[in-house]
Amino acid sequence: MKFTSLLAGAAMVLGLATGAVAQDKTKVGFVYVGPVGDGGWTYEHDKGRLAVEKEFGDKVETVFVESVPEGPDAERVMTQMALEGADLIFTTSFGYMDPTINVAKKFPNVKFEHATGYKTAPNVSVYSARFYEGRAVQGHIAGKMTESNIIGYIGSYPIPEVIRGINSAYIHAKKVNPDVEFKIIWAYTWFDPAKEADAATVLIEQGADVILQHTDSTAPQAAAQEAGNVITFGQASDMSEYAPKPRVSSIIDNWAPYYIARTQAVMDGSWETVNTWDGIKEGMVEIGEISDAVPADIKEEALAMTAAMAAGEYHPFTGPIKKQDGSDWLAEGETADDGTLAGMNFYVEGLEGEIPQ
Amino acid sequence: MIVLEKRPQPSKAWSYATPLVAVLATMVFGGILFAILGKNPIQAIGTIFWEPLFGEFAFYYRPQLLVKGAPLVLIAIGLSLGFRAGIWNIGAEGQYIMGAIFGAGAGLAFYPLDAFYVFPIMVIAGAFGGWLWAAIPAFLKVRFGTNEILVSLMLVYVAEQMLASVSLGLLKNPEGFGFPGSRNLQSYESAHNAELIAGSGMHWGVVTALIAVIFAYVLLNRHMLGFHIRLTGEAPRAAKFAGVNPARLILFCLGMSGALAGLAGMFEVAGPSGQVSIDFNVGYGFTAIIVAFLGRLHPVGILLAGGLMALTYIGGEIAQSQLGLPAAAIQVFQGMLLFFLLAFDLLTNYRIRAARNEVA
Repeated sequence: MKFTSLLAGAAMVLGLATGAVAQDKTKVGFVYVGPVGDGGWTYEHDKGRLAVEKEFGDKVETVFVESVPEGPDAERVMTQMALEGADLIFTTSFGYMDPTINVAKKFPNVKFEHATGYKTAPNVSVYSARFYEGRAVQGHIAGKMTESNIIGYIGSYPIPEVIRGINSAYIHAKKVNPDVEFKIIWAYTWFDPAKEADAATVLIEQGADVILQHTDSTAPQAAAQEAGNVITFGQASDMSEYAPKPRVSSIIDNWAPYYIARTQAVMDGSWETVNTWDGIKEGMVEIGEISDAVPADIKEEALAMTAAMAAGEYHPFTGPIKKQDGSDWLAEGETADDGTLAGMNFYVEGLEGEIPQ
Repeated sequence: MIVLEKRPQPSKAWSYATPLVAVLATMVFGGILFAILGKNPIQAIGTIFWEPLFGEFAFYYRPQLLVKGAPLVLIAIGLSLGFRAGIWNIGAEGQYIMGAIFGAGAGLAFYPLDAFYVFPIMVIAGAFGGWLWAAIPAFLKVRFGTNEILVSLMLVYVAEQMLASVSLGLLKNPEGFGFPGSRNLQSYESAHNAELIAGSGMHWGVVTALIAVIFAYVLLNRHMLGFHIRLTGEAPRAAKFAGVNPARLILFCLGMSGALAGLAGMFEVAGPSGQVSIDFNVGYGFTAIIVAFLGRLHPVGILLAGGLMALTYIGGEIAQSQLGLPAAAIQVFQGMLLFFLLAFDLLTNYRIRAARNEVA
């Protein structure tokens, strides 16, 4: 063991890194952008990790490092995991994209899985969830329930994933409430409870009585609770500690089945580069329980929409939809293709303001 | 009863001993913290301090210490000049960001030209960006008497907004599918601040940091300007009589620290980071303040303190993945270091004595 790892070390120095040495336990590493206790994004990824441990028991060993900044620090953490013999490494934030590719080049025998990115390699897969399906349900409930007709939205970064969510929520809110208006604040962070709470407070002061968030902490929920008479939705995780109000429902990212399947694939030697983008149908996106604060008829409609997406009968981006500038995007009955959705960098018609450039 | 008695002169011995005592105290109390968290304290402390230097994979971690430590040392050297003279630049983080924006911007302006002069131009642009950002509080202080602590700190947040703006607009990678962030300079050879010897961690930023240490040492000990800096900090009235021009000193100290922070940002963006992105800055500018004080504002001390800080970062990550220590525990551990340093600093200026029992 000592000798083989010495060899691996020597090979690395020579630029011929061979990666992990053979061992009986499969070692799976996780790199997190926030703390595991964020109650949202990272919390759900960590639940996935624990599910892997539960599924495979003694056959697997998992390690994780939390609150890793996106950049050179992430590269070092991944390298460290690979050196210490990880066979599979999940890197769970968009900003880990280039570091993942860099490290993957040095360790061709280690498999990497990057969440929400678009760069793949022979040993790098990407995976993400169709959160926008959940946003459609949120938009429907929000549009029906708002009394001030102002919906506040806390954006993290103006990247396609977030813009997609805004568009999807807006389209479905507008459909049931033509007077609805979205106010968007960009927080430029995934996890910063203080900033998120500030953003929520500002939106509430501007008259919003629904707060949607694309950031990872529960701080906006707390701010809404304090303000009273504001409703929110759990983001990434159920956030049920704020139910039945302000949190009336949630989008839950369920990574566990994917993590278990990919770990199994590494064990079997059947791992291949894939580009996974699963939604409600596959169970990667779940709608958290709709609380009693939502009137029964609205709840029923929301559940029906969820069921339609699960059955593959309904696509949240179904025409006619125009872009913000008034140009045509989708014709009557046409649905958006994944390519456009993946790189979405425009608002749909009716949204005010500009995407920060 | 115990009383503190002011020393007639600061103790030389204690001023050298406090950093070591502080590190030892941090190890002891950090160990207690780790034990409370249910980890073996000896193993945890050992992992943090031993693994990166002499562990199985030290061949990878040792170069990483240079990569992590270089920007800290470079920024802290600049800050120490001002701190010595009582000029407080708290906004190195912003100057670091501006250096990166200017440096990367200059490089990307030439893309994809392959020429030897691209990188030197980026170096100059980076230093200029940092200098410019520090010149604002310097000018305002000289001209209007504003407080440089507040102005430099507030400009950090302005710089962060600029960073977000250029990541989404001006410097956005045209081939990036609409995602924020610039082209990766690592794949643009003329602009890449590559390792000088592959696998050594030694890039131009590390070299510059070492040069800065030497220059600062010479400046402070052998040069009139260095004497003026020290004099202003230690005896402002005497400095006045000695004919020190305070305005010039402010412009020099802030400008120099800004330029060095800008250089650090430029070397980082062109090398280890590779990319201007919204999240580019990770707090080097603030951590460097700790490094400057941990190193007693002395160039050699700063070099050692930068190394120590880098060690706790890298060792802390290893402890996280090997022992499952939470990230917050590592941050508390780093915080303890500064806390104990400041606490034991008391002993430099005061001595502890058992007082006679007098009725108060």
